Amino acid sequence: MDASFQPASVEDLRELIKWAAAEATPLEVFGSGSKRTLGRQVQAAHALTLSKLAGVDVYEPAELVMTAKAGTPIADIERLVQENGQELSFEPIDYGRLLGLEPGQGTLGGVLTANLSGPRRIKAGAARDHILGMEAVSGRGEIFNSGGRVVKNVTGYDLPRALCGSWGTLAVASTVTIKVNPASQTSETLVLTNLDDARAVKAMCKAMGSSAEVSGAAHLPNGLNGEGARTYLRLEGFVESVRYRRENLARLLDDFGPVAKVQAEETAKIWRSIKDVEPFWSNSGPVWRISVAPTAGPVLVGALSKLFQLEAFYDWSGGLVWLNCSDGRVHDVDIRRVIGTVGGGHGTLIRADAAQRASTQVFQPQPASLAALSQRLKEQFDPKGILNPGRMGSQTQ
Amino acid sequence: MTAISMPAPDKAILDRRAEITKALQAIVPGEGVIHDETEMRPYETDALTAYRQLPLIVVLPETVEQVSEVLRYCHENEVKVVPRGAGTSLSGGALPVADGVLLSMMKFNQVLDIDFENRAVVVQPGVTNLGITRAVEHEGFYYAPDPSSQIACSIGGNIAENSGGVHCLKYGLTTNNVLGLEMVLITGEVIRLGGKHLDSEGYDLLGLMTGSEGLLGVVTEVTVRILQKPETARALLLGFPTSEDGGRCVAEIIGAGIIPGGMEMMDKPAINAAEDFVNAGYPRDVEALLIVELDGPEAEVNFLMGQVEEIARSNKASHLRVSETEEERMTFWAGRKAAFPAVGRISPDYLCMDGTIPRRELPKVLAGMRQLSEKHGLRVANVFHAGDGNLHPLILYDANKPGELDAAEAFGADILRLCVEVGGVLTGEHGVGIEKRDLMPEMFSEDDLKQQQRVKCAFDSRQLLNPGKVFPVLHRCAELGKMHVHKGKLPFPDIPRF
Repeated sequence: MDASFQPASVEDLRELIKWAAAEATPLEVFGSGSKRTLGRQVQAAHALTLSKLAGVDVYEPAELVMTAKAGTPIADIERLVQENGQELSFEPIDYGRLLGLEPGQGTLGGVLTANLSGPRRIKAGAARDHILGMEAVSGRGEIFNSGGRVVKNVTGYDLPRALCGSWGTLAVASTVTIKVNPASQTSETLVLTNLDDARAVKAMCKAMGSSAEVSGAAHLPNGLNGEGARTYLRLEGFVESVRYRRENLARLLDDFGPVAKVQAEETAKIWRSIKDVEPFWSNSGPVWRISVAPTAGPVLVGALSKLFQLEAFYDWSGGLVWLNCSDGRVHDVDIRRVIGTVGGGHGTLIRADAAQRASTQVFQPQPASLAALSQRLKEQFDPKGILNPGRMGSQTQ
Repeated sequence: MTAISMPAPDKAILDRRAEITKALQAIVPGEGVIHDETEMRPYETDALTAYRQLPLIVVLPETVEQVSEVLRYCHENEVKVVPRGAGTSLSGGALPVADGVLLSMMKFNQVLDIDFENRAVVVQPGVTNLGITRAVEHEGFYYAPDPSSQIACSIGGNIAENSGGVHCLKYGLTTNNVLGLEMVLITGEVIRLGGKHLDSEGYDLLGLMTGSEGLLGVVTEVTVRILQKPETARALLLGFPTSEDGGRCVAEIIGAGIIPGGMEMMDKPAINAAEDFVNAGYPRDVEALLIVELDGPEAEVNFLMGQVEEIARSNKASHLRVSETEEERMTFWAGRKAAFPAVGRISPDYLCMDGTIPRRELPKVLAGMRQLSEKHGLRVANVFHAGDGNLHPLILYDANKPGELDAAEAFGADILRLCVEVGGVLTGEHGVGIEKRDLMPEMFSEDDLKQQQRVKCAFDSRQLLNPGKVFPVLHRCAELGKMHVHKGKLPFPDIPRF
């Protein structure tokens, strides 16, 4: 890497990208670099970091919106909204510890561009559901604005949403506007014990299909600390409401054995562990994040565990499978094939060493026509291919 | 004809009408191709009825293969295509073009798969919004987005417009409730996005398609998330001496962490029109009327009703009623739901606008509208999704009076400019279509619009799908793709490096 650019204004950012486009010089784009070991390694002469494009421009709690520079540390934003009794409802994942790095290092732009959504995704939506507008610089070196500062807006294509999950390969966001929500007054967790995977997913789907407004549904076959299978269901809201829903939900799940209850403080701990994939922090194998239909989760894990040694746990009512390949190999071919046989979905290799990432499709490969469409979209934003080339593998070169 | 013009028809295509008809009949046999003028008449407009245009030909395919072949033929022959669902667009999104095929998707009307365990329903695009709820309500489920045309509008059209509704403050717009799509590109290629699982691999084309107003592809299948119906719903009817008081009450409800299922406001002209029409028992001595509906578990709703009541009192509510029965709740809504026809009763015609503003700007915007009303010499009544700042000013006019439609459109444009000026947007849920097309530069720079149009180039490089909509100035994709580059030295030689 020859140089590292840290533009401090959107104009500087534009000039830099304009220059890189003219020279056809690739740039590795990142916020703080907390996810640089995730995905394919970018082959670029220069680095472009957004750490100097930081700070909250406008935060209006009463309007439920915040506008901030893309390089603002996500930890600062979470602290600020918490001080105002609000939250980022999509509960951004912190990959720090899982990837063997310091926790709390990500940026707002990084969270959005990777579409990092935690357990509350199933009730409150993904990171992509919380972006309202953005200012960005395309790979053409042009500043463009899209979306707005209000929740309800259908003026033009939804480019901010399309840029969530693009890993900096389409454009570089300089400023984003997001939706924030009131934090809940209280939370608690109901715990079911010793269910097998399939039965646990049945219980979670039953809970999700009820009017109990469950905001987290996870199953850990070994528990959080090896205590045996635990199925967690989180309830959040006003005290009166949580109490009422807990009673109803416990009745509804009568068939699944005794229901224990965990209070707010412990609840926060449990869901942080699930969100940040704590069960896999201390082991070393490759880690996959797989999204399938909830009932397909245990079928997938059952099929794969016949093929290789693995550890798995479930979030999103069974639809999000965290999988650790205990034998140290990545098993991408088997994993993708089985995803196809259980009804479809996608798997992303989150943790692996550099050699493994270089030789594996880190992101889910796409059918030819979809890959071609994605490629055409990339060219419309970044015709010279200078933004994070190869980051998403051959899916979108 | 009115102010908004459509691209001039291509004479070469008009001259080939017979040949094109024959080719399409070979793809869609029987009555699937309509070319008789009288039979095409029902397709000449959508819910923006001031604009009418007969299409070249109407095609009603029944299978994905037919859709694919029709589009491939049109692409190869450079024939324009306007996709259409139920034709309830309020912005002219389904307005035909004279030299283009009108592709109606209403024969795609089957519910394909109901999966209660995964809370997902797979339907064809011509199924109505309410049809989805009807298919699942026996198990207590429903589909949350509820545009007021939900009895008629199709889910395919909902995808195109990213439709909202009264409940989207709490439950989100279409885009937040869609899990997957199958669509056909203008080239005839069939693409599948998402499914019963969450989020997409790669670029979020599902998010991009939702709200793309039929410019990017034709939807042939939709997978949506369904929810269990809230246990109960109760409403408060609140009246305020000024719109400022009402606006502050809305802000404080949300500030208290309460997200109501619905929160609707009406101004005095709208209250009077509604009251004259349905006699809902609305107070006439207030400047702003607020309906706050709380839904969810019974214990929560009962608790929050008390909270909202307290907030309303502290904001000088001069009128306060709480629904004690389901019947009473429906009465509260009766006037709001009848607001459009009620306004239709006091005026021969009306234009329904659709800007969104930051909530705090409400009093300023209402005051501005009163001034504009005087300037243009036309009356305006306001209904308003107060929770999310989405305004629906209804401009009253008489199309038979020379110049009144023009004046109404100019008034509407001024209102939308005002919305943008205070930090809002041109359209909250009705779409740009043709109606707001020429106002896009009020909100976006040329570079902003060009980047959006480049997205279309990735999907439809010949720009054949739904032409003349959304973008005020058409650029050819080759022109949009050009880059003006200046080679130079490494910029900022003195910036920090590591």
